[in-house]
Amino acid sequence: MNATPAKRTPLYDRHVAHGGRLVPFAGWELPVQYSGLIDEHMAVRKRAGLFDVSHMGEARVGGPQACDFLQHLTCNNVARLKTGRAHYNGLMTPSGCFHDDLLIYRLDGQQFLLVLNAANVDKDLAWMRDHLSGFDVELTDESERWALLALQGPRALAILEPLTRDPVAGLPYYGFARTPVAGVETLVSRTGYTGEDGFELYVPSEGAGRVWDALIEGGGEHGLKPAGLGARDTLRLEAKMALYGNDIDDTTTALEADLGWIVKFKKGDFIGREALARQKAEGLTRRLVGFEMEGRAIARHGYEARIDGRIVGRVTSGTLAPYLDKRIGLAYLPLEHCDVGTSFEVQVRGTGQPARVCETPFYKRDRP
Amino acid sequence: MVPTDRRYSKQHEWVLVSDDVATIGITHFAQDQLGDIVFVELPEVHAELSRDEVMGTIESVKAVSEIFAPISGTVLEVNTELEATPETVNSDPNGAGWYCKMSIADPEDIERLMDAAAYEQLTKEG
Repeated sequence: MNATPAKRTPLYDRHVAHGGRLVPFAGWELPVQYSGLIDEHMAVRKRAGLFDVSHMGEARVGGPQACDFLQHLTCNNVARLKTGRAHYNGLMTPSGCFHDDLLIYRLDGQQFLLVLNAANVDKDLAWMRDHLSGFDVELTDESERWALLALQGPRALAILEPLTRDPVAGLPYYGFARTPVAGVETLVSRTGYTGEDGFELYVPSEGAGRVWDALIEGGGEHGLKPAGLGARDTLRLEAKMALYGNDIDDTTTALEADLGWIVKFKKGDFIGREALARQKAEGLTRRLVGFEMEGRAIARHGYEARIDGRIVGRVTSGTLAPYLDKRIGLAYLPLEHCDVGTSFEVQVRGTGQPARVCETPFYKRDRP
Repeated sequence: MVPTDRRYSKQHEWVLVSDDVATIGITHFAQDQLGDIVFVELPEVHAELSRDEVMGTIESVKAVSEIFAPISGTVLEVNTELEATPETVNSDPNGAGWYCKMSIADPEDIERLMDAAAYEQLTKEG
């Protein structure tokens, strides 16, 4: 551990006032829960929850060759990204693994906003700086400048709409717009990490408190609750969204992680392309799959997956899924054991507990 | 807040002695730290345990915690209700959420535990 004091987001005082339990996370002091993890999880599925995710890093990439630069470093096709749209992407290592996973927003033809995992910000910026030479691009760390609020759940639109100057109902999934929210200039993005409809609000740090207060006040009648990192993790896992450091890292390729949909071989060369193309041609040896536990035991990160007593893989994430009321998880398994319905055992405190590969996502919301 | 009729371990268990039987549970502070409890693993009845030995686990949505025997002795009874309703540990940790009952192999084990004031101090130190 280092001695650097944990950073506080601009909303720290609100978390304390709401009774949030603050824990250290990626160098930050953040609320893991307020009223209770299950209560907050259900609020997001049925009504709405408000998360402070200001720990996420932001970097701006701008200049005549900004698009080329990002094309070179990532696996998804940045050239296809229209102004006003965002996409999910991977910052790739030469072996086709994840340096980080990220969102890229196209602000205009030559300006992009990258949203990075808090624990990876320094590493990502160093990696990108190392690759700047030859590109007419400016790279700026904007992490300090932005607070990030995630308003998620079926009532999110109804809560946000009265507070924005311009209408946001027409924003498509992964679309964004700039408009004041409660009088604070905000980038309103129809994205999230919960599997629900909702918005992520990029707010200048000094305006974060005003936006938070307006949402909490206006959201009361809709059943909005502040929600912590605990619920964020169970919600994302029900929706089978990968967590860096658990399900993906610099030893797992994008194809193994079942994220082939963000690997665009046809876009041209990029770091990691050769390794990914080779893996695709030769075939995968393992893949990230979802599973359900058949008994009452809960699988956790790092637990062994076994077949006939032999270790065949590891659990990368596992939890009780509050909305589904099932015990779910993700694990890398050898390709021959990845079919839905395949039985295996998860080693829980010395005992093999039955599990079964299942369809994912575990939870998918009904879209109107 | 911390009941004075019982004693406490550093691992956040309470021990209530009555007629040579120790009833054991986890404290209000511990259940609050764990959050929503969703799984309780109980020891076997008749199991002979040494002080500080792992006797079971308690699991919240977020994490698994081990439960340590606060004293040496034999497990006399376990609260099987918790298998179906583990959330009782959250709602009534000092009462219906009790964990197990043990015989007391060495009365000095009880003396070694903290009283309510000392335990309250421990939780405040965090």
